[in-house]
Amino acid sequence: MGLDTVSSATAHPESTQPFAELGLKPDEYQSIREILGRRPTSSELAMYSVMWSEHCSYKSSKVHLRQFGEKKPVEGWPQLLVGIGENAGVVDIGDGWAVTFKVESHNHPSYVEPYQGAATGIGGIVRDILSMGARPIAVMDPLRFGPADAPDTRRVLPGVISGIGGYGNCLGLPNIGGEVVFDATYLGNPLVNALCIGALRHDEIHLASAKGIGNLVVLYGARTGGDGIGGVSVLASETFSEGGPTKRPSVQVGDPFMEKLLIECTLEVLHAGLVEGIQDLGGAGISCATSELASNGEGGMHVWLDRVLLRDPTLSPEEILMSESQERMCAIVTPADLDAFMAICTKWEVEAVVIGEVNNSGRLTVEWHGEQIVDVPPRSVAHDGPVYSRPMQRPAYLDALQADVPDRLSRPATVEEVRSTLLTLIASPNLASKSWITDQYDRYVLGNTVLAQPEDSGMVRVDEVTGRGVAVSTDCNGRFAKLDPYNGAKLALAEAYRNVGVTGAVPLAVTNCLNFGSPEDPEVMWQFAEAARGLADGCLELNIPVTGGNVSFYNQTGTTAILPTPVVGVLGVIEDVAKRTSIAWSEGDVIFQLGETRDEFAGSEWAHVMHGHLGGLPPKVDLAAEIALASVCADGLGWFHAAHDISDGGLLVALAEMAMRSGVGAQLEPTGDLFVWSFSESTARAVVSVAADDAQRLTALCASQGVALQRLGVVAGDRLDLGGPIVTIAELRDAHEATIPALFG
Amino acid sequence: MSETRVVVEVMLKPEILDPQGRAVKGAFARLGFEGVADIRQGKRFELTIEGELTADRMAALETLAGTLLCNPVIEDYRIVSVEGAA
Repeated sequence: MGLDTVSSATAHPESTQPFAELGLKPDEYQSIREILGRRPTSSELAMYSVMWSEHCSYKSSKVHLRQFGEKKPVEGWPQLLVGIGENAGVVDIGDGWAVTFKVESHNHPSYVEPYQGAATGIGGIVRDILSMGARPIAVMDPLRFGPADAPDTRRVLPGVISGIGGYGNCLGLPNIGGEVVFDATYLGNPLVNALCIGALRHDEIHLASAKGIGNLVVLYGARTGGDGIGGVSVLASETFSEGGPTKRPSVQVGDPFMEKLLIECTLEVLHAGLVEGIQDLGGAGISCATSELASNGEGGMHVWLDRVLLRDPTLSPEEILMSESQERMCAIVTPADLDAFMAICTKWEVEAVVIGEVNNSGRLTVEWHGEQIVDVPPRSVAHDGPVYSRPMQRPAYLDALQADVPDRLSRPATVEEVRSTLLTLIASPNLASKSWITDQYDRYVLGNTVLAQPEDSGMVRVDEVTGRGVAVSTDCNGRFAKLDPYNGAKLALAEAYRNVGVTGAVPLAVTNCLNFGSPEDPEVMWQFAEAARGLADGCLELNIPVTGGNVSFYNQTGTTAILPTPVVGVLGVIEDVAKRTSIAWSEGDVIFQLGETRDEFAGSEWAHVMHGHLGGLPPKVDLAAEIALASVCADGLGWFHAAHDISDGGLLVALAEMAMRSGVGAQLEPTGDLFVWSFSESTARAVVSVAADDAQRLTALCASQGVALQRLGVVAGDRLDLGGPIVTIAELRDAHEATIPALFG
Repeated sequence: MSETRVVVEVMLKPEILDPQGRAVKGAFARLGFEGVADIRQGKRFELTIEGELTADRMAALETLAGTLLCNPVIEDYRIVSVEGAA
């Protein structure tokens, strides 16, 4: 077939076009014809198909995501310098510093090709942060896999972990945390989410818009090749059928060394003031970058597509528009600054070429060797895609699921049974030590990492003079979200907030990666809507804004969707990282529990591991209590010796983690029902240890904030002593550390 | 016993980026060797098979070459030579 130009599209209006193969529905194709007043050219069809894919257009989620912008305090969010909608939101952390952070999914590519899928996930989120003008300072990876002993998990997990380590370590970014969770529903649908944090001064913020008529559009970085073509529509918009992917598109291979050059080159051109607007190239490649830049700026742009530097000279214009080759950026540069811009690119050995020009035509036009192949309103491609209010239905199974409370499950009755339950729990894949995984990541490169796994949050220093820094935690218990998506999302938010708070940092902002099944299933859509509503309401109650995020749908095999998994990341600020509280206590400390324990086991690790049970209603959410708890922990900076969030596995698991972390045990004084005391997953709780002299001070502080306080014992010896059978730290470590290496080592 | 030598070459698919090949190409230029348009790096497997390489075993070998020796998502394999020795 020859070149399909705008004039041939007008001359041959009835040519059949493969819109369905490109993932477009008949009515979507019809709207494109109405927008253009003719049939699209094949290049236009390529652009619309990738930009109107679920991944790029958020067409099923948009109506629900609006709440994140709309539910806000009357006075707005004072800490928000750039809100939701840009590549990533920007948050004021004081002293003229700002940070930007965002989490995205790379789930489907990581299932198809675990190493490269996970690696390019890091590359993509790093460029997102870079395009805001920020220097990337750390990454984190919330991960979900099928059962730890399943053969496919053995294929996927090691590849994903080496991909994250391979790309992140080569790039020189510390990986400071994340999660690794196993559940049967993730078999065939692993979740590989990637989060990046970047730091910048307030005056360094840059936005993705093409301003200034006559300014030039420069594509720089790696050459464009034939990799990942249509990845957006094919990978992210089609459900895999049972037995494997129905389509195996070529995935992209990343080059972290190229990305490192791109980071340094981009920061230098930004600091030199040579850039009017900037955009990274991710999903949908040149189609996305040109249409978004044009749509956000003067409204028009002309592109000479044949000027794009190619790795493979045989690529067609449609392929160039859709290619998802990695490590590319697009900048808007004034003609006067072009030579200086190009000189910096040359210095960093980054290839750059002018591919277009900004105008006020209101059209995005693309030519190929003198022939016009695209002539579209850029907003219709980038922003005015289809929006669906998809049907929703409360799942039919939910009443029965919620009625199946865990009360009937047999509970350990004696101290000896509690002891062996503890050893079973901390050896179970979800609670076992993840060192085998995190040891493959460089956690300390750049020299600013203060806390990393197995601490509650990752924490990095931002200002090397004052010690000002940020803490970030990502969390989600998908089982809670399955039982009650509204409160499950709030619980994910509460846990991430608490994990940041216990370090002494003050929570400031939220990002999220909402991983769900097919939006075309009304029951999944209901889960999604409930989770989005819960998260928006929770953020308002906690007074911290959502600054951005990502939605990943179609995580399902056949009719079985994954557990609804709204991963929530919370970022907090700490004035001096040297004062932060870790989870390691000291000999002689007095140990307290902050918060109240109730008999709450639905969705708990205990019910999951010991009984394979999921039913009932998740633990009660009390966000006012979370605020009070975080406030107490912030006041404890400098005199709390240790603080640790109580969540997965309950109090006894938290105490075991603190003992293993510090190498010192504890003489414990359990009260009430020993089983509930040990393993309940009631929220808004933390373990805090202080010097004996400070016990009175802690009592007064908790009383002033209305936080319940219970003495748990003292730090001493080489064992956890429950008053009767004991468990030594050596036994704990043996159980805790053997599981993951035995499965994957 | 008869032996057969089979050589399998594995290369990244042509459309896939090859960062290692790119780095080697950069080194050529730095070392003063101009005019290298492209370098792509691959793997070579030399197998020595005992006994007769029947059509069935050859088919099984092809299957393994396509799944074990290469990652079929991003790589292609090619059996470049089969030499029998009595």
